[in-house]
Amino acid sequence: MLRPVHPSREVIERVFKEERGRILATLIRILGDIDLGEEALAAALEAALVQWPHEGTPANPRAWLIRAARNKAVDRVRRRALFEEKRAEIEAEAAHEREGAAVDFDDDEVSVPDDQLRLIFTCCHPALAVEAQVALTLRTLCGLETDAIAHAFLVPPATMAQRLVRAKSKIRQARIPYAVPDAEDLPARVDAVLAVIYLVFNEGYAASSGASLIRRELCAEAIRLGRLLVELLPAEPEARGLLALMLLTDARRDARVDAGGEMVLLEDQDRARWDRDEIREGLALIDGALRAGPPGAYALQAAIAGVHARAARADETDWREIAALYAVLRAVNPSGVVALNHAAAVAMAEGPAEGLRLMDALAGDASLVGYHLLPAARADLLRRLGRLREAAAAYREALAVVGNDTDRRFLERRLAQVAPARS
Amino acid sequence: MQYMLLIYDNEKEMQAARTGDVDKMMASYREFTDSIMKSGNMKAGDALQPTSAATCVRIRNGKTLTTDGPFAETKEQLGGYYLIEAKDLDEATKIAARVPSARTGTIEVRPVRVFTS
Repeated sequence: MLRPVHPSREVIERVFKEERGRILATLIRILGDIDLGEEALAAALEAALVQWPHEGTPANPRAWLIRAARNKAVDRVRRRALFEEKRAEIEAEAAHEREGAAVDFDDDEVSVPDDQLRLIFTCCHPALAVEAQVALTLRTLCGLETDAIAHAFLVPPATMAQRLVRAKSKIRQARIPYAVPDAEDLPARVDAVLAVIYLVFNEGYAASSGASLIRRELCAEAIRLGRLLVELLPAEPEARGLLALMLLTDARRDARVDAGGEMVLLEDQDRARWDRDEIREGLALIDGALRAGPPGAYALQAAIAGVHARAARADETDWREIAALYAVLRAVNPSGVVALNHAAAVAMAEGPAEGLRLMDALAGDASLVGYHLLPAARADLLRRLGRLREAAAAYREALAVVGNDTDRRFLERRLAQVAPARS
Repeated sequence: MQYMLLIYDNEKEMQAARTGDVDKMMASYREFTDSIMKSGNMKAGDALQPTSAATCVRIRNGKTLTTDGPFAETKEQLGGYYLIEAKDLDEATKIAARVPSARTGTIEVRPVRVFTS
């Protein structure tokens, strides 16, 4: 693609937005510090905005920005007369580079993809609290502003700013490395990264009023991070599994809430409004993720979402396949929520009585206490079995613990259906 | 970079342990200490007498108060430490995971603060 010789501010900012993540990761590796990297990058953008309109866009904008940022960092460190050792190191590198100044930069010599992978593992390091991991990932890897992250997680901006400052000083003080973990640690550390990405996605996907725009952005960022991880860790089937799961879930976004903002159940959704591109990409990823040995939890959940995506109409859903996948998922990830979903799938495949039997067995599950979907799902099966009084009692039980307004209104409508003359 | 590994464990349970188990624990500590000496990570390390031998000192309103204690209501007590040299937190936590008490108690990994003049 040809760039204009004398680019406008918009063009420069677009280049910058595209390249920002990779450049910052490289700068953090070179400078050994997130704050220093961010400051240097901001200074490099300013320099680009002044120089490029006159001198034209450099042949390799990324290399130009990295070099400019590094020089800014050297200046800064020199001015502060701090970090003596670091300064010598950076200056030596800069001198080395000046000697070879005639040689054009090779992209990969300057900014290697591993820089971003290193940074992902730093941001999602288990020595940081999970909410700090999420904040740092969104700020550093996605380039979201602190205010936007605060808004998305419904905390005051000052709280979020402090969370980021604390996380960055812990990285500095405890010397959390910028490194891809060794083979022994890699599986657990990849799990932590996947958990952070999925958390970002779910935070964005959870139906909520007001902040819907930023929430949509969170889903987009989670998918972008998922893609990046698949690209950086091609041998990791769960990375593909997670990306597939997010795409297949996101594909239903427009159909899951009606014009009035009410939640629409999967079975009632207008499937024409599902995003076909996301479904196609998601389904293709599942095949790869499932073929690579025993399937992990994300690949299985993606496979379940894939069965729904393949059904042209709700009554064509292969519930036996879904129940079988949930049975495998229960073995991989024995949680109360998975057991509940398994029971619901069995109810669809073999009838409400069989599903109810499995659900009643979950009554004592401590992990489901206070979880409105257990009584809500029981209520639904009781309703289908014609046991309306018990259904009404279960809907009331669900209403007593439900937290989300959309879900509350849905349960209230159902309750009105089974107990029209509520006394 | 230096890290302090603070070893927290339930000293009541330790004191109640059978002789054979105590011997085993001591042997694994010797083995661990030898290994980090050999690898060059070890800077210092000691086991501490139990909190029943501890004394607390405070100065309040100019007066020195010396008391028996501590009597914190925590389940685990500081029982010893290692001072180690490690290249980063990942190396330090790996070493911490090999401290025998990591299996029963908790090893707190604290970077040693360096003051630049």
